[in-house]
Amino acid sequence: MNKKNTEYLINRKDNQYEVVIGLEVHAQVLSESKLFSSSSTKFGAEPNTQVSLVDAAFPGMLPVINEFCIKQAIKTGIGLNAKINKRSVFDRKNYFYADLPQGYQISQFKDPIVGEGKVILDMPNGQKEVGIERLHLEQDAGKSIHDLDPQNTFVDLNRSGVALMEIVSKPDLRSPDEVNAYIKKLRSIMRYLGTCDGNMQEGSLRADVNVSVRPKGSKEFGTRCEIKNVNSIKFMQMAIEYEANRQVDLIEEGKTIDQETRLFDTKKNETRSMRSKEDAHDYRYFPDPDLLPLEVSEKFIEELKNDIPELPDDKKKRFIEEFKLSPYEANILVSDIDTAKYFEEVVAKMGKNKDIKLAVNWITGELFAVLNSKGLEISHSPVSAKNFAILINLIKNGTISGKIAKTVFELMIDGDKDPQKIVEEKGLKQQSDPKALEALIDKIINENREKAIEYKQGKEKLFGFFVGQAMKASGGKANPQLINEILKKKL
Amino acid sequence: MSDITKQSLTELVENIKNKKLSSTDVTKAFIQRSEKSSELNAYITDDFAPALDKAKKFDQNPNLDLKLPGIPMAVKDLFCTKNVKTTAGSKILNNFVPTYESTVTENIWNEGAILLGKLNCDEFAMGSSNETSHFGNVQNPIDKNLVPGGSSGGSASAVAGQLTPITIGTDTGGSIRQPASFTGIVGLKPTYGSCSRYGIVAFASSLDQAGPMAQNVKDCALLQEVISTYDSKDSTSINFKRNHYSKELTKNIKGKKIGIPKEYRVDGMPKEIEDLWQKGIQYVKDCGAETIDISLPHTSYALPTYYIVAPAEASSNLARYDGVKYGYRAKGENLIDMYEKTRSEGFGAEVQRRIMIGTYVLSSGYYDAYYLKAQKVRKLIKNDFDEAYKKVDAILTPSTPSSAFKIGEKTNDPVSMYLNDIFTVPVNLAGLPGISIPAGHDTKGYPLGLQIIGKAFDEQNILNIAFAMEEKINFKNKITDWWIK
Repeated sequence: MNKKNTEYLINRKDNQYEVVIGLEVHAQVLSESKLFSSSSTKFGAEPNTQVSLVDAAFPGMLPVINEFCIKQAIKTGIGLNAKINKRSVFDRKNYFYADLPQGYQISQFKDPIVGEGKVILDMPNGQKEVGIERLHLEQDAGKSIHDLDPQNTFVDLNRSGVALMEIVSKPDLRSPDEVNAYIKKLRSIMRYLGTCDGNMQEGSLRADVNVSVRPKGSKEFGTRCEIKNVNSIKFMQMAIEYEANRQVDLIEEGKTIDQETRLFDTKKNETRSMRSKEDAHDYRYFPDPDLLPLEVSEKFIEELKNDIPELPDDKKKRFIEEFKLSPYEANILVSDIDTAKYFEEVVAKMGKNKDIKLAVNWITGELFAVLNSKGLEISHSPVSAKNFAILINLIKNGTISGKIAKTVFELMIDGDKDPQKIVEEKGLKQQSDPKALEALIDKIINENREKAIEYKQGKEKLFGFFVGQAMKASGGKANPQLINEILKKKL
Repeated sequence: MSDITKQSLTELVENIKNKKLSSTDVTKAFIQRSEKSSELNAYITDDFAPALDKAKKFDQNPNLDLKLPGIPMAVKDLFCTKNVKTTAGSKILNNFVPTYESTVTENIWNEGAILLGKLNCDEFAMGSSNETSHFGNVQNPIDKNLVPGGSSGGSASAVAGQLTPITIGTDTGGSIRQPASFTGIVGLKPTYGSCSRYGIVAFASSLDQAGPMAQNVKDCALLQEVISTYDSKDSTSINFKRNHYSKELTKNIKGKKIGIPKEYRVDGMPKEIEDLWQKGIQYVKDCGAETIDISLPHTSYALPTYYIVAPAEASSNLARYDGVKYGYRAKGENLIDMYEKTRSEGFGAEVQRRIMIGTYVLSSGYYDAYYLKAQKVRKLIKNDFDEAYKKVDAILTPSTPSSAFKIGEKTNDPVSMYLNDIFTVPVNLAGLPGISIPAGHDTKGYPLGLQIIGKAFDEQNILNIAFAMEEKINFKNKITDWWIK
């Protein structure tokens, strides 16, 4: 594909503008307990039931770092091909809000736990590298609920103190599609690592989106606006599109862009100014004196490295080499860890004489269709990998035809039934006995003498008619290859 | 047994262990004296009735193996005590009852002691005279209308006035040693990381440290032994080998090298302080130690450094008192209005001043010039001590540049108030242990203290030096019981 055609540009009269995007992704660390307390992080509990004295900032309470969260952050850093900083510092970010019990958020400012890294995106026109600026750990705030009472705001502190990783990209993204691919790639890597569940509905993954525009070919960055707290890829894309066009319009009108923080209104599909640079908070960052600088040894990092599973990029490479898959097929299978797991389990269960290509086609075809229509994740597939593998083998060894297999597959869905049993119980086994098929075909030719003569006189289209008749007579079970061979001989 | 309250902790423990006294006898005696001492205003909250119950219960089945068997004790109201109101001397916490216990007080109760009540202090430990407390100023038992020092003023007054046999205070810039000096008692600020900060209302986290206040060095050593434990709930707690300070206490300090820092001879220091220091030098020499002149060149920067670092941390530590979750809340039109009114009404003037200073020095544009610079100077001050300790085992200085002053004398002059901490502040900045022992009287008959500063984790050494000097000094506190009703 021609690279030029895929460039995302905003056109106005004679001018073309390039969009520059950087993301600050907030990913909730997958951990049983919070970053500085032992309270549970389980989603959806009754308000204020997962709050310790530390989370609620009672007098004299002190934060104690959760080592597991540190490991999770380092693993994520390794997954992002990033530099792990052996010394990092927790800082206090000071501001007042009702759902921020301490009056400050413990975050990392000057010395984050993870430094520069990169991720590779598979775009239609080839691969694209996106730089990672840093990854740091911080506490989440609680939740203010404004719509339960006309006079009061309610505060739920269950989320207060939950560990977040803020992953800051370099301003390397150039289109909503790249943002889509980037978020999906980050999500995929973290799900492989088990460091974030990537659940956007539950708020486990959200992002602040920095957008600026510049004339095509310009090397200078334009003034950026930050769109706060967008919680779905679709909204990110819509927000970028709106915001980039807004900025271009301002430039075209000869106006300047104010550096500011904006909010995306999902109902009106527009961004709105939240606060200007002048009104920006002075967070008065300083090192948290309750916590010593975090020091990790080379050995600690090495041990975590040994613990890193095969990540999507490597898995893709291996699938292409080992299973002779196309890059496209491999991409589909590796992008989600559960799909990759399912596929590998199917491959393992198929045994020696396996047809991987067939399995891939069936996973991306029939299985995906069923999951889609039922709104299920592959981890909750109604057909287990084991039974799926049996089905593919039944096709491969000629026990059933591809057509019958579709019938069998539909029967398997209800209760993950063994396809072998379905085939036996319903008598769906393919007829491959040449003698029986010859008898069946003889009968059909006898019953359709005229058509047989027409065929012999050159009306070759009629061959299909005989195949159809034979299949029909066998109840669809006849081995189509044998039918073809016998018909050719007999006619 | 009318003289129970005159007994030292060591004597009381001895008498309880020998069954000459019961916990009930002792507890009753201190309660009675405390009740007659309301004029000192040493208590914010008393817990007398439950204390007596606990004493009786202790006596029913006394565990005499404990280090503080049935000993009643009042503590500074900065330590959170389960089910007993904890105010930090502030209106903003005037209704706050913790559901938890600080590690330091937990350690004390675990060794058999019994809570008598909560002692007055400067609001959030910010003050040097106990005059910033929302619950009124504290009288020094030495003389009427004399400040007891601060911030652990209630604690010092209560020990000197024999309302409690011993107590604990907290020391961020001198809050144990200065009031100890003003009231003629012994006060130890341990090495930073020696005593857990868990459950202590925070003032300045990198400086705060709990410590014992006692009538004599031995009592002080015993309480330090009890309160100093490694605590995983405090990330700055340090896991080092802790001594049995009271058991290992010795007066043999022969050959010890004691540093005399020339920079502590500050301009305008009264002659009687200089004389006291010289006497102190003679005492340590009499004990067989050697004195060496040393230099701590950055001493003069300690006070300004402290008054940047401590307010900076305080401004952030006190942000949690916002009226949302606990404590005092004022009515407001909206969230911001509620915050402003709660904090304006809930915090006193000195606390507000320090919050404003702290907020200022952390602001963008000023951070580098103030906070960052102060951190660098702090490092230099620490380096001074490290350098000195290559030559000496401990350092001897006066505890304060003057004796106790009158109530109201310095309230309108914060800088002269801050100058009180000039000799104690460097020790906190460097995270070192320091002990103040009573060493003499000024012309008015007010007590004066000497400070011994040790190497980090070397509490045993400064306790030993203090123990040896104590015998030579033979200090007698002049308590007339003027306030007793």
